[in-house]
Amino acid sequence: MNEKKERLIFDVTYQPQVRTVRDTQRIMLDVIVATLPIVGFGVYRFGWHVLLLVVSSMAAAVFFEWAYRRLLKKSITIDDLSAAVTGLLLIMVLPPQTPVWMAVVGDFFAIVIVKQLYGGIGKNFLNPALAGRAFLTASYSGVLTVVVIDGVTCATPLGFLKAGSPVPYTLAQSFFGAIPGSIGEISSFAILAGAAYLIARKVIRWRIPLSVIGTVACICLLFGHSGYGRFEWMLQNVCAGGVMFTGIFMATDYATSPVTIHGQIVYGIGIGALTMLIRYFGGYAEGCSYAILIMNLCTWAIDKACHRRQFGVSRADLAAQRAAAKAAKKEAAS
Amino acid sequence: MAFKFRGGVHPNYMKSPEVPVTVMAPPKQVVIPMAQHIGAPCTPLVKKGDTVKMYQKIGDTQAPVAAPVHASVSGTVVAVEPRPHPLGDLVMSVVIENDFQDTPELMEPLTPAQLKDPEAILQRIREAGVVGMGGAMFPTAFKIASGRGKVDTLIINGAECEPYLNGDHLTMLGFPEQLLKGIELARIAQGVDKAYYGIEKNKADAIALLNSHDPAKYGVEIVPEEEIYPQGGEKMQIKTITNREVKPGGLPAGVGCCVISTRTAYAIYEACYEGKSVVERIVTYAGSALAAPVNALTRVGTSYEYIAEQCGGFVKTPRKLVLGGPMMGICCTTLETVTVKGTNGVLFFTEEEDRTVDEPVCIRCGKCINVCPMRLEPTYMYLYYKKRDLDMLEKYHVTDCIECGSCTFRCPARMPLTHAFKTAKLMLQARAAREKARAEAAAKEARK
Repeated sequence: MNEKKERLIFDVTYQPQVRTVRDTQRIMLDVIVATLPIVGFGVYRFGWHVLLLVVSSMAAAVFFEWAYRRLLKKSITIDDLSAAVTGLLLIMVLPPQTPVWMAVVGDFFAIVIVKQLYGGIGKNFLNPALAGRAFLTASYSGVLTVVVIDGVTCATPLGFLKAGSPVPYTLAQSFFGAIPGSIGEISSFAILAGAAYLIARKVIRWRIPLSVIGTVACICLLFGHSGYGRFEWMLQNVCAGGVMFTGIFMATDYATSPVTIHGQIVYGIGIGALTMLIRYFGGYAEGCSYAILIMNLCTWAIDKACHRRQFGVSRADLAAQRAAAKAAKKEAAS
Repeated sequence: MAFKFRGGVHPNYMKSPEVPVTVMAPPKQVVIPMAQHIGAPCTPLVKKGDTVKMYQKIGDTQAPVAAPVHASVSGTVVAVEPRPHPLGDLVMSVVIENDFQDTPELMEPLTPAQLKDPEAILQRIREAGVVGMGGAMFPTAFKIASGRGKVDTLIINGAECEPYLNGDHLTMLGFPEQLLKGIELARIAQGVDKAYYGIEKNKADAIALLNSHDPAKYGVEIVPEEEIYPQGGEKMQIKTITNREVKPGGLPAGVGCCVISTRTAYAIYEACYEGKSVVERIVTYAGSALAAPVNALTRVGTSYEYIAEQCGGFVKTPRKLVLGGPMMGICCTTLETVTVKGTNGVLFFTEEEDRTVDEPVCIRCGKCINVCPMRLEPTYMYLYYKKRDLDMLEKYHVTDCIECGSCTFRCPARMPLTHAFKTAKLMLQARAAREKARAEAAAKEARK
């Protein structure tokens, strides 16, 4: 055995030995790509200020994540791009007149308080971007609860709906985005383009968006509103406000939504129902961001309740099991 | 026909069926391990200095779950000693110095009458050392015998859903007639009227060729299947063809099915019609450390070092040596190890195939749940594994995991999921054993 040259010793790793190329970074990059039409439309509608907001917010979010992890001597995770996505999505749900410094404050809250304090990516239980927005609207309500375009304060379509007065925008205007509103929410067309990309790239599944939007639509059609045609009421509710954007980009946030298949549908229905509850009876004209934050808190409970049928156990088996358990209980009681 | 199972993934197939099957020249020395099946290892029937012939039986045992082993070359036994085994341990092996004569010692081919007799076929399957050649190496004769009376459907697994591997596909293309005859024999031995041959649609040429040989004559129906991993998993194959689900912890026979692999059916043909025992098979050698993939008919007991030489040597230094396909294959540490009956591929991987990361963090994307063919929830199972919460792991049915690796393949965060579940299953087994021992001790105490 002496004449044997160099003896190779190989690594031993767990199976499988091959993995998909689609890693966390690529998923986050896909989300950024999917928001491009929305950002583009925002710049077209509200001017270059939007681009400045987006860039500075993404930079600030990445900086806060880097600084926090650096200070606490944890591994640097900015490569996964999740912080950049949070910075980007925060701008999408803010009105166009938001000053840059305010967005940076929101980023700090979203990244440091909501995300990193709970352990970073995948561990936070609230959607960071929406929590950041909730924090900002509570802190600077005078600036952020209205929409100002070119120095003029405009009422949003949802504001008209809340007041019960006729909406001065046609459905086509609402769909394509010729309405006032938050930067990312106005053009349903651009949002759907982004959603198509995300679903085609398998970044998200249809379950959550469809159940959110479907529930809102069903409740609107079922209950309607005096002064509006049922379909007009339904379509304005779906297209003009935040339902489309938050339902597709926010409700599908991985860390804060259920992972079980039936759980995702339950969660989507919950968001839709809460949104309409707020819109019908609450003080806000809008409601989806709070609906999502509330449902975020239910995520783990939903996951625990929504298991799929075990492989090899038929429905008949399950019924038999349940009957046996019941009989045993009765036995024990008597 | 052809139902669907939920989940599954689409790995990059990297197949190379266009590479013709070559015959790998037998090495100077072969090392035949005595354990080439699940169950009790065989006892060597030869000793140092003995002359053996090719196909000669050199190891056997009386244990019911076992298959004898045979010499893959003719020559002289130079040692009977423990040698490295693909599964990691040192295993008693017979080392044979090749005389390059390949002097055969064949069994008598079965007579036409015997070819109709289930007992004769079963006896021959055992004597020829046929085992599950898809990789599990379960003794085929025992599988068929234990399923008698329960099995109503025989399924031949031709999915070959693992990336890289081509052995089954090339067997279908090269020996369609023989393969169908082998399936017929398995069907007769099992005592059923019909066998279903599930083949993935990516092997359209093989499906067409087999259909042109009138499979109905042999009582075989070809079922084209969706191209998805793990289509070739036993439970998935049963679900796809019969829409039955194997019970948790149960055997395929529990739902009236018996699944054998393509190469096993071919081995049954060779054993019965030609009297040959299992001493060689088509193995795929691939990976980025090799210049090009090779499909070669290789003798059992050939060392990987010799194989690497025959394949033209390494163009890059390999970092990993994977036995089997890349999804379920296991790593091997040294080139001294040899091929066994269940080796369907040997992959020499470099950094190129490696996509592990240092500190994986779950992002809760839920893709593992979407792809799990057993409808499990890997995300949560991993959390409970981290907490070593065995009760919850049991509640989340970790014991149902078939270790197909789909969740880990699809995980964007590169979590070591399959590995965790494998470990969890071992921990549960150990706990059950401990509890049993404690109960026995308590019972003993009580008797005193």
